[in-house]
Amino acid sequence: MHFVEDKLSVSRAELVSGRTRIRLRIYKDRWLYLMLLPGLLYFLIFKYVPMWGLLLAFKDYQPFLGFFGSKWVGLKHFQRLFHDPVFWMLLKNTLILAGYNILFFFPAPIALALLLNEARNEKFKRFVQTVIYVPHFVSWVVVVGIAYTFFTVDGGLVNEAIAAFGGQKINFLVSADWFRTMITSEVIWKETGWGTIIFLAALAGVDPQLYEAARMDGAGRLRQLWHVTLPAIRSTIVILFILRLGTFLDTGFEQIFLMLNAMNREVGEVFDTYVYTAGITQGQFSFSTTVGLFKSLVGFLLIIGSNRLAKKFGEEGVY
Amino acid sequence: MKMEQSWKDQLFEAINYTGLSLVAAVMFLPFIYIVLISFATEQEVLAKSFMLVPTAFSLTGYKYIFSTPVLLHSLGVTIGITVIGTLVNLLLTVLMAYPLARKDLYGHRIVMLLIVFTMVFNAGIVPTFLIVKGLHLTNSYWSLILPTAISAFNLIIIRNFFMSLPDGLEESAKMDGCNDVGVLFRIVLPLSMPAIATFGLFYAVGHWNTFLSAILYMNDSSKWPIQVLLRQIVILSEKGLADMSEAPPPPSKIINMAVIVVSTLPILSVYPFLQKHFAKGVLVGSVKG
Repeated sequence: MHFVEDKLSVSRAELVSGRTRIRLRIYKDRWLYLMLLPGLLYFLIFKYVPMWGLLLAFKDYQPFLGFFGSKWVGLKHFQRLFHDPVFWMLLKNTLILAGYNILFFFPAPIALALLLNEARNEKFKRFVQTVIYVPHFVSWVVVVGIAYTFFTVDGGLVNEAIAAFGGQKINFLVSADWFRTMITSEVIWKETGWGTIIFLAALAGVDPQLYEAARMDGAGRLRQLWHVTLPAIRSTIVILFILRLGTFLDTGFEQIFLMLNAMNREVGEVFDTYVYTAGITQGQFSFSTTVGLFKSLVGFLLIIGSNRLAKKFGEEGVY
Repeated sequence: MKMEQSWKDQLFEAINYTGLSLVAAVMFLPFIYIVLISFATEQEVLAKSFMLVPTAFSLTGYKYIFSTPVLLHSLGVTIGITVIGTLVNLLLTVLMAYPLARKDLYGHRIVMLLIVFTMVFNAGIVPTFLIVKGLHLTNSYWSLILPTAISAFNLIIIRNFFMSLPDGLEESAKMDGCNDVGVLFRIVLPLSMPAIATFGLFYAVGHWNTFLSAILYMNDSSKWPIQVLLRQIVILSEKGLADMSEAPPPPSKIINMAVIVVSTLPILSVYPFLQKHFAKGVLVGSVKG
């Protein structure tokens, strides 16, 4: 008995000394914690407090009653969500645009990086790189503005060229048929060059001896590309593809919002734009929070899932 | 055999260089075209519907847009939030990244976890909007700066960059009587200038291009940054530049191009100075991370 008590008191003493040790460490690093404070406040106020706001999806938000005064309504908004034809339209549009993105935009930087890597003239290569990064730094408003000036029916360069060659002018900007093509082309134009950076970095790490060996075996440039270069960046491609799946639903707000108009809303409205229109401009705070929450939850699951997948492929994953 | 190979390789080379030149042209010529048309004369724009290169030079478009106070004001707003916003971004990001780069800091793991979580799960625009409104930041320029004060992604890369610096630095500086703040500002930051400049550019581009925050939080059109005005003029073809000047406005084509140039050129002119750093700056963090 005596023995047991003794042991207990020892461990308590250890505990206390452990605590003081932590206190000492915190005191020693007090400047570091002070530096951390503004950033912590930022994440708390602008990232974590809004997460409480997600509870609005389970309330009927009345601006004059405020967040706490508004009534709880349980799953009412979720039931409305799945019965609302708007929801299915949003889901369909989002999925199709996301599919276009993976199919057409995803391979573009890989192809371009492979071509750049084959360019032996360093000066030419660097020039092309400098030029193709530029669109990344331009805002979506400017990109869409440029698209408008090029594709508009009255006086747009593209339509004038079509007319000059005797063709029929096409109203690219207010046509539901062209909406997805326009969106995807704009993304490709803006981000392909920037997207090559990561692949070029992976390509820079390829062992030159592999090319030497391939050449000895009589492989031409194309065969070297196929058998040496492409396999070398396969793991980068796989991980980026998986990560891309994690953000599948993110179609991007600004571009789509700017390209939307009354004529293409049917095919163009996606979750992000609907949350803005219904929530901010029409004041349906609760319902649009529900739409947003649905999107965030699906996105969260996709990221968790794709990260698992990445790890399964023997990659590090993002976290 | 060998001859045929090199013939094929030459063809490959030719196709490759042509392809790359084409891609570069498609990505860059639109800018050149817009700059050229912005200097076209009224007569030429009105007379020709199809014009690749104007034959005469004029400043009509620029004279008109700068004669209206709206554009200058809006440009001023954007320059202001870009400069102040970027300083706030860098200060807050660096202050947070440095302690987190110190692996011996008690609790750094949990803070990192909290940060990463915000990257995979976010509350969305409606709850964030209500917070900004609740803080009475709407219609204040701070609403364009504070809600995006730190980018979790940039923070993590800068932290990784700090971690790659040699370990002995802090200790030797502390021996000389520096505290942690001193170590960061006198030792670590000067060594990190290329990375800081790169992320400064990224943050600055973000502020210069800010659009969503502005349409969310700025109801007062006199406080609009340039991107919102640009949309008004070019995409919605509204008379954003209400006829303040006495001269009749030139064709909208010239005005549109001139506004695009004015709203893009300032930020793009920073780019060449930083270009040599940023590819490296991006990779330092992301490859190691």
